[in-house]
Amino acid sequence: METMTVLQWLLDGMLVLALLWLAWRALSSPDLFTAIVLFVAFGLMMALAWVRLQAPDIALAEAAIGAGLTGALLLAALARSNDLADRINDDQTVGTEKK
Amino acid sequence: MSVTDRSRLSLMFRRVLLLLLLVLAGGLAYAVLSLPDQAVGLSDRVRASMETSGVSNPVTAVLLNFRGYDTLLEMAVLLVALLGVWSLGAAAAHRTVDPESVLLSLVGVLVPMMLLMAGYLLWVGAAAPGGAFQAGSVLAAAGILLLLTCKRPPVRLLGWPLRLVLVLGLGAFVAVGVTLMSANGAFLQYPNSLAGGLILFIEAAATLSIGVTLAALFLGGWPDLDV
Amino acid sequence: MNSILLYALAGVGLFTLGLYALIVHAHLLRKILAINVMGSGVFLVLVALGGRSPGASPDPVPHAMVITGIVVAISATALALALMLRVQAKTGRPRLPEERLE
Repeated sequence: METMTVLQWLLDGMLVLALLWLAWRALSSPDLFTAIVLFVAFGLMMALAWVRLQAPDIALAEAAIGAGLTGALLLAALARSNDLADRINDDQTVGTEKK
Repeated sequence: MSVTDRSRLSLMFRRVLLLLLLVLAGGLAYAVLSLPDQAVGLSDRVRASMETSGVSNPVTAVLLNFRGYDTLLEMAVLLVALLGVWSLGAAAAHRTVDPESVLLSLVGVLVPMMLLMAGYLLWVGAAAPGGAFQAGSVLAAAGILLLLTCKRPPVRLLGWPLRLVLVLGLGAFVAVGVTLMSANGAFLQYPNSLAGGLILFIEAAATLSIGVTLAALFLGGWPDLDV
Repeated sequence: MNSILLYALAGVGLFTLGLYALIVHAHLLRKILAINVMGSGVFLVLVALGGRSPGASPDPVPHAMVITGIVVAISATALALALMLRVQAKTGRPRLPEERLE
């Protein structure tokens, strides 16, 4: 059973490293779309971590809510923010003021 | 970090901040490492009371029975967040763009399966991992998929029926609590024989409510009936 | 050190990482991402420390608290995103209106 423990240690270690690395890359990426996609991947890795911590209920909730729904909300907000920025730029270049 | 962000804070500030946060992380790590290896916690008390809880999944028992008041307040938090989002403005105008055929056929296959999955997660939550929140989130994902294909529900459903479903979860919880209080004298004290049925009833109402609330949060504003 | 402590330390690391990004970044969407990462770190610490109970199954009370926490986090994120869009509509940029920090 020694190999089982070594493999479990390897799995846990790599999962933790992946979590920290994904979080760092998501928070420091220059492109917002990439940041959100990396955040969704981070959420899915968290779901794996919950399974390793014997918390399957939390794994289901994290995969659906934490990764999926939060990712959808963030992407929708990014799209609306870009639309707003484009509209504000158009107003400034045309020179009219919209109220 | 992007170039414009880096120019805001001076390098000195960021280095000092990094040092302070490393000290904080060290302190927290020391606090975590100095905790005992075995801690009893509440698992023994939960296991002892499981027969009277009405379900066999301990997490569902804690969520819906032992700490039911927390879940009631959480439903209220969801509702208040939705009201906050609604108070900030109307949802963006409905863009009538034809969705791709791949998305349409995928939605045709996935949404019924997601509805079935939500019902299964709700039902199995009493004995296995699952429950109201997991089922509600799958329902919300199905709703978001439908919204993405520009399939808005008919206008007559967006007024009172929508509001009724949004309040259903919290309302069922409070109704059960008040009824039990008037019958037994304690808010949310389930009688042992009825505990399983009451939990299922509350979870079903909560699933619908959570699903519709999370999908409405995706919309980003209150659905303008005139658009 | 067993695997429980490994995950708890990972939670501490995520919390610190998120806190640094929250303070340093000016863009509101990045701040919201940072807060979510901090929340995930806290949940990891809660559940990891809840797994120390003697016996086969972990303590279910932290599990229930974290499920509640995940739902509250997404509602707060949704409200924060709506506020960010209002800030951008009013001031033109999705950043907090601050002076330069020297």
